[in-house]
Amino acid sequence: MIDWKDKREFWISGAKVIDPETAKMRTGSVLVQKGAIAEIVWQKAVETELPVLDATGYVLTPGFVDIHTHLREPGYEEKETIATGTAAAAAGGYTSVVCMANTDPVVDEPSVVEFITKRAQQVGRCRVLIAAALTKGLGGEVINEYFYLKSAGAVALSDDGKFVTNSQVMRAALEYAGFHGLTVISHCEDAFLVENSQIHEGYVSTRLGLKGAPAAAEEIAIYRDIRLAQLTGSPLHIAHVSTAGAIDLIRKAKRKGLPVTAEVTPHHLTMNDELLETYDRNLKVNPPLRGKRDSAVLLDAIRDGAIDCIATDHAPHNEIDKQVEFDMAPPGMIGLETAFAQLHTELVVPGKLDLVDLVRLMTVRPAEVLRIQGGRLRKGEPADLALIDPGEEWVLEKHLIRSKSKNTPLIGKTFTGRIRGVFLEGKWQSAILEEG
Amino acid sequence: MVQFNRKNLLGLEELTAEEIELILDTADSFKEISERPIKKVPALRGVTIANLFYEPSTRTRMSFELAEKRLSADTVNFSKATSAVVKGESLRDTAENIQAMKVDVVVMRHSSSGAHRFLSEFLDASIVNAGDGQHEHPTQALLDMMTLRQRWGGFEGKRVTIIGDIMHSRVARSNIWGLTKMGAEVTVCGPTTMMPPMIEQLGEGGITVEYDIRRAIAEADAINILRIQLERQKSRLFPSLQEYFDVYGVTLDVLEAAPREGIVMHPGPMNRGVEIAQEVADGDRAVILEQVTNGVAVRMAVLFLIAGGKTEGDEPAS
Repeated sequence: MIDWKDKREFWISGAKVIDPETAKMRTGSVLVQKGAIAEIVWQKAVETELPVLDATGYVLTPGFVDIHTHLREPGYEEKETIATGTAAAAAGGYTSVVCMANTDPVVDEPSVVEFITKRAQQVGRCRVLIAAALTKGLGGEVINEYFYLKSAGAVALSDDGKFVTNSQVMRAALEYAGFHGLTVISHCEDAFLVENSQIHEGYVSTRLGLKGAPAAAEEIAIYRDIRLAQLTGSPLHIAHVSTAGAIDLIRKAKRKGLPVTAEVTPHHLTMNDELLETYDRNLKVNPPLRGKRDSAVLLDAIRDGAIDCIATDHAPHNEIDKQVEFDMAPPGMIGLETAFAQLHTELVVPGKLDLVDLVRLMTVRPAEVLRIQGGRLRKGEPADLALIDPGEEWVLEKHLIRSKSKNTPLIGKTFTGRIRGVFLEGKWQSAILEEG
Repeated sequence: MVQFNRKNLLGLEELTAEEIELILDTADSFKEISERPIKKVPALRGVTIANLFYEPSTRTRMSFELAEKRLSADTVNFSKATSAVVKGESLRDTAENIQAMKVDVVVMRHSSSGAHRFLSEFLDASIVNAGDGQHEHPTQALLDMMTLRQRWGGFEGKRVTIIGDIMHSRVARSNIWGLTKMGAEVTVCGPTTMMPPMIEQLGEGGITVEYDIRRAIAEADAINILRIQLERQKSRLFPSLQEYFDVYGVTLDVLEAAPREGIVMHPGPMNRGVEIAQEVADGDRAVILEQVTNGVAVRMAVLFLIAGGKTEGDEPAS
């Protein structure tokens, strides 16, 4: 089985192959040639002289696409680097990630876009696409030079982590971004309503004595941005949607045919604020883990299409950052390495979501949202593929985490379904550290 | 006989009614020590206690110190202003350093909710919560309950109304947990802007929320008046102190609405003329100084139950 590795031409045979575009999973074989998908045949075995990877019992899909990742480089290399972040991505089945602009310096100049692109070419274990900042220094006041940023390679625009409070600035940003063919990704929360908030506002915040962020803060902001998308006709993508009320607003916008898309994180889908009674700082995220009902509505929304895709909001913070009092800890958890396993375990195994639908939500659909390549099983496309053992049970151990930061509440958890590795342009990247 | 097997006292939510009863019984028996000419017993001889106060405090800090000294513990004090914290040392480092000096008990007040829980993740020393953010202040609630029990004998069927800024109050939360576990009925009352969501579900079996102060105290056997933090006005939670006093201040006139035998409590420090009128604070219904006296006994009981018995009878090996 080693034989096909590092070969320019080989077959992957006998896997259950998922084609996200047609939403079909069939036994098939894929020929990889010079880094591209050269042939797809719907048969278990192939007669060939070429090396063959017998993938019987595995699932083969296009590599996942994460349109919401924080790689932290430049500026916060103690938390994550392009090398460690993309290694984590590859280990989680991702072959493309879109990194956010809240680095230091902020991605608001072409030179920063070029720097990240160059670093990714040198050390990246997956493709790195870049969301540049919507406004100068993420300050929410002056829109950036979208033409220059796009020319340098940026694929989207976002002030992620911050809401653009000034509606006139947001209107201008949408109008101008639309003209340049870039989707605006908005982090929606009313800045005043969430001031100093630590967790979701509800019974748990009352019980724990932590300042709550009301669901309304997110919904007010989403409503404004939907109205601005309607006013400008420019595409708007809403990041990390977390409340039931937000889903209502997005459904209505879509029914009207507005250019609005939305993502949800694995943690908002599978966890709720009741877990916070231990004051675990790794459960502190923004937007916060909401109530039980919210996560149930989010699940409905990924099933019926109100939500377009799953995105991790992989947000590395090292132990020193998180080994503090709850209200002093920065929000965020890592997610690239666990997204598939967590969702497969929590949703697919119990029958709440179809495996093919999960794969669609992690491949073609995020790619469509940002109008980027990847996430599709097509002849002639780069052989960016993920190989999954859907039945393998494994435990997330801290030393197995490739991300430089280990801020996840999932350490010690048993998952069903494991990424064995990815092919990036046909080149194998094993997901499993110990076995190499 | 109920045992107190806890290493820490983090809050009243986690205690059983039997454990609360045991603390109050122990406190009753310790109260007498403070009446003696020589106010000292050797119960915690050889036990070292560090008092970490990350927030300013007069009453609670002195009360803990007196409790420790009357039990013959060795004590060290730490306050934020005069410590390495101002040099940027983290809570974890500070606590681990103190532990490295072989401290048995850490009494801490901290402005972050859950700070004690966080500390308990890595400290071997016992931790006693002297107030964490807006979460719990267990010894305050215990001393309130001790004061009530001395009057009432028990809590079954008794009604306590807590008035003020419920949202930001750790005193309210600890009282809600403690009182409801012991069978008392709790009503909370305060401005809508300072009433946290779903507060009615808090406590054993829930509590009542009432916004009209006269209705809230109509059947109260005790009224616990919370201090209004003056900085809340800056965060626009109420428009003026004058209006607060006129709507939620407890005056003799307001007290007319309460049963004659209803007593008045305040955890201190008081803002006279804001949440409590001068005449009420000094009136014969007030048991505010009794609460302070009981505070020492309650803290002696907590420290004894957590740290006592370990060194009893042991003479240092020479």
